[in-house]
Amino acid sequence: MPTPLVVSEVAKSFTMHLRDGLRLPVVSNVAFSVKAGECVVLGGPSGIGKSSLLKMVYGNYAVDSGQILIEHEGRVVDLAGADPRTILAVRRATLGYVSQFLRTVPRVAAVDVVAEPLLARGVAPAEARDAAEAMLDRLNLPRELWQLPPATFSGGEQQRVNIARGFITDHRILLLDEPTASLDATNRAVVVAMIAEKKAAGVALLGIFHDKDVRAKVADRIVDVSTFSPRKAA
Amino acid sequence: MTGAPLLKVRDISKFYGARIGCRNVSFDLWPGEVLAVVGESGSGKTTLLSCLATRLMPTSGSVEYRMRDGRMRDLSSMSEAERRFLMRTDWGFVHQNPADGLRMAVSAGANVGERLMALGARHYGNIRKTAGDWLGRVEISADRIDDQPRAFSGGMRQRLQIARNLVTSPRLVFMDEPTGGLDVSVQARLLDLLRGLVQDLGLSAIVVTHDLAVARLLSHRMMVMKDGLVIEQGLTDRVLDDPREAYTQLLVSSILQV
Repeated sequence: MPTPLVVSEVAKSFTMHLRDGLRLPVVSNVAFSVKAGECVVLGGPSGIGKSSLLKMVYGNYAVDSGQILIEHEGRVVDLAGADPRTILAVRRATLGYVSQFLRTVPRVAAVDVVAEPLLARGVAPAEARDAAEAMLDRLNLPRELWQLPPATFSGGEQQRVNIARGFITDHRILLLDEPTASLDATNRAVVVAMIAEKKAAGVALLGIFHDKDVRAKVADRIVDVSTFSPRKAA
Repeated sequence: MTGAPLLKVRDISKFYGARIGCRNVSFDLWPGEVLAVVGESGSGKTTLLSCLATRLMPTSGSVEYRMRDGRMRDLSSMSEAERRFLMRTDWGFVHQNPADGLRMAVSAGANVGERLMALGARHYGNIRKTAGDWLGRVEISADRIDDQPRAFSGGMRQRLQIARNLVTSPRLVFMDEPTGGLDVSVQARLLDLLRGLVQDLGLSAIVVTHDLAVARLLSHRMMVMKDGLVIEQGLTDRVLDDPREAYTQLLVSSILQV
């Protein structure tokens, strides 16, 4: 089975120059991989570096050393050392991400926020919009909200817009940062079903789920991030 | 994005006597890419922009531009006439103060139409129609086409300046604090408009701003300048979310949260 994501010997620390150069180690010797059709869940207590690790895999945080190998359009790209253009191309075609919070853009309607990743990949506007509406419908976002910018939506509504945007494409790798944190039981079940469909379609998923119930339903394997944390010895 | 950069900048330095404007700046800009240059007043970002757009001659270094026929041309080896033609057709320059980029005493329609005429358009009806279309795209109502920009608000003037620049389908647009001096609600509208236009037209742009929110919204990549030097650069969300240099950390931590 192909392995679209391999993380190898990754280390990361923050240097806080505003605190006299205080160095905060986050993780070291991180090594794991995610196979196609598999959902790997990052485990460990809060503050251990799970979200940071997810951000490194997305190229949002830089790493100090190591490799993040992504299978992108038939070749392997090391995202840890890639230039901005390459990272953006990988994100557009291969690597999706559902963040914990939606970063809204003034004046852009929810349905357009969701359709944007498809438009970026050259899908026709009408088709992208139909797909976006189908996603929002499935996630039970009230139809009256579709044409409104999500800035004033509730946490749960914003999160559903975010999920719809992340799941709308056929990216081969999907990163999920607590996608069900502020959802009710009905919508949690929808997201669990959507994750199962992604797995069946051969997508490699890497996620953080604090909800035990959801985690038990989606996880094939748990990678304990505390084994990479320098704080484990402390 | 295609296989060759649109702009190649190598070791650009500009000295004002002994004072440094900017020093040893190098980068490539690719088609469809938006680069933000951030830093506080006096960091050299506007000097750099002026050197790139041939408004200032750099003290040393080279800027090469890929012409529509695919050839790379060194801007310093071009004649004044060639550079002016490039500036009027293939490039745009959006000034912070719209009065610097508009002709305040001619109509809005003529401000947009003038760049078309520079390209050889002569048919009055066509020019007026294209100008009208562009006013619509920047959300200026059609019945203002014969008004002078003197009668426009600051936000409208800035939108008009953008229409004037984009009407010739430029491939590269320079922007110097395009949202500076505007109310926040007007800023949001302008940013959304710029973002849409850049995406739809596949423009390359270099945006100088001190506003990190503007950089995040518009740019793919950013450079942080301090004392004339580029001290940090990379993917925009990487630089803003995981700043490495002391000065960048200070800038990012100085943003007011609402």
